[in-house]
Amino acid sequence: MIEFHLDARSGVPPYQQVVQQVRHALRLGLLDVGDQLPTVKEVVAALAINPNTVLKAYKELEHLGLVVARPGIGIFVARTLTDDSLAAHGPLRQDLRRWLSQARRAGLDDESIEALFRDVVRSSSAEGVA
Amino acid sequence: MTAILEANGLGKRYGHKWALSGCTLAIPSGKVVGLVGPNGAGKTTLLHLSVGLVRPTTGSIAVLGGRPGTAPDKLARIGFVAQDAPTYATLSVRDHLRFGAWMNPIWDAKLAEDRIARLGLDPRQKAGQLSGGQRAQLALTLAVAKRPDLLVLDEPIASLDPLARREFLQGLMEIVAEHGASVILSSHIVADLERVCDYLVVLVGSRVQIAGDIGDLLTTHHRLTGPRHDRHALPSDQQVIGESHTDRQSTLVVRTAKPILDPSWLVEQLDLEDLVLAYMTRGAAQDRRLKLEVRW
Repeated sequence: MIEFHLDARSGVPPYQQVVQQVRHALRLGLLDVGDQLPTVKEVVAALAINPNTVLKAYKELEHLGLVVARPGIGIFVARTLTDDSLAAHGPLRQDLRRWLSQARRAGLDDESIEALFRDVVRSSSAEGVA
Repeated sequence: MTAILEANGLGKRYGHKWALSGCTLAIPSGKVVGLVGPNGAGKTTLLHLSVGLVRPTTGSIAVLGGRPGTAPDKLARIGFVAQDAPTYATLSVRDHLRFGAWMNPIWDAKLAEDRIARLGLDPRQKAGQLSGGQRAQLALTLAVAKRPDLLVLDEPIASLDPLARREFLQGLMEIVAEHGASVILSSHIVADLERVCDYLVVLVGSRVQIAGDIGDLLTTHHRLTGPRHDRHALPSDQQVIGESHTDRQSTLVVRTAKPILDPSWLVEQLDLEDLVLAYMTRGAAQDRRLKLEVRW
């Protein structure tokens, strides 16, 4: 089971934050096929948010084919986002750590590192480089 | 979808002063509505009109399909908590529940007792000895045990500390999730409303500035920043809500359902607080102008 959290200052609508957090957990393998998501009531009680927000998020996840609703029982993961790439996470993580320490040695602070990373991701996906 | 509250040209005057004027609204059922505005904007007047505590001076209002306060069976379907969550200081928590059971044709005693137990309130304690947060929760429990179709809450969280505020909203959202009641709550704290509300009404200077589904409002409002522009040079579909200019730069808040094509603008999403502030600023300016005109 995963727990959601909301960042009021992020500018991302609450329902999208829930969707993103599920996708994130699916990508990292924290959620697997058959796992149950928290019920709407549980999310509402934990976060003090509108039930419609949770329903909207779960509907979108269902629409994306990531979860299925079993009426009266709950919402279950139907598909993960890890595919075969999860195995590659470990080495990539190590590479990234190495790169990070290089960047820090070069005098970049966290904010500059994040800005640089985001900029490169954006420009490389704009060029169509995978 | 049927309207839970429908107002047409609704107005209320106290003496010479209009507390609410020209109010036209159609709020769909099943929503959690945030009624926002500065103090004295007419929020309480609109809520009192909606539960039938006062009668309109002009126009009409229908709540749950009928004129508020005219039929006892309609009243039973509305739960109302007035400002500062009034309770009887010398009555115990248990007495409040008994009183509620006696006063209301529909009363879910189990729901009321379960909620009191879950909140950790001692049924023997007098309401006067409860904390502000506990009193607000007791008042909410009384309103909810009626199993209403509509809950009307006037500034329920304004006087609570952040923890009590969060607990109150958690309780409220659980009720909405479980029983599907519609909620109208007034507040001047926008940050809390962003989580719980899905419909917004902004009231300034006795007038409705904007009303609508929060998701729709957020996708149709943008902040534009760019070199100095004249507002009259904008495309006709872009309605300017707020503007500020320096000698070189213009910052506008605009409402439009269409994409913004002018590449000289930096286009940003507004959050709910900025959106509300833009309408409040505009409303306050209109209000000042109106008062000046009246004086002339």
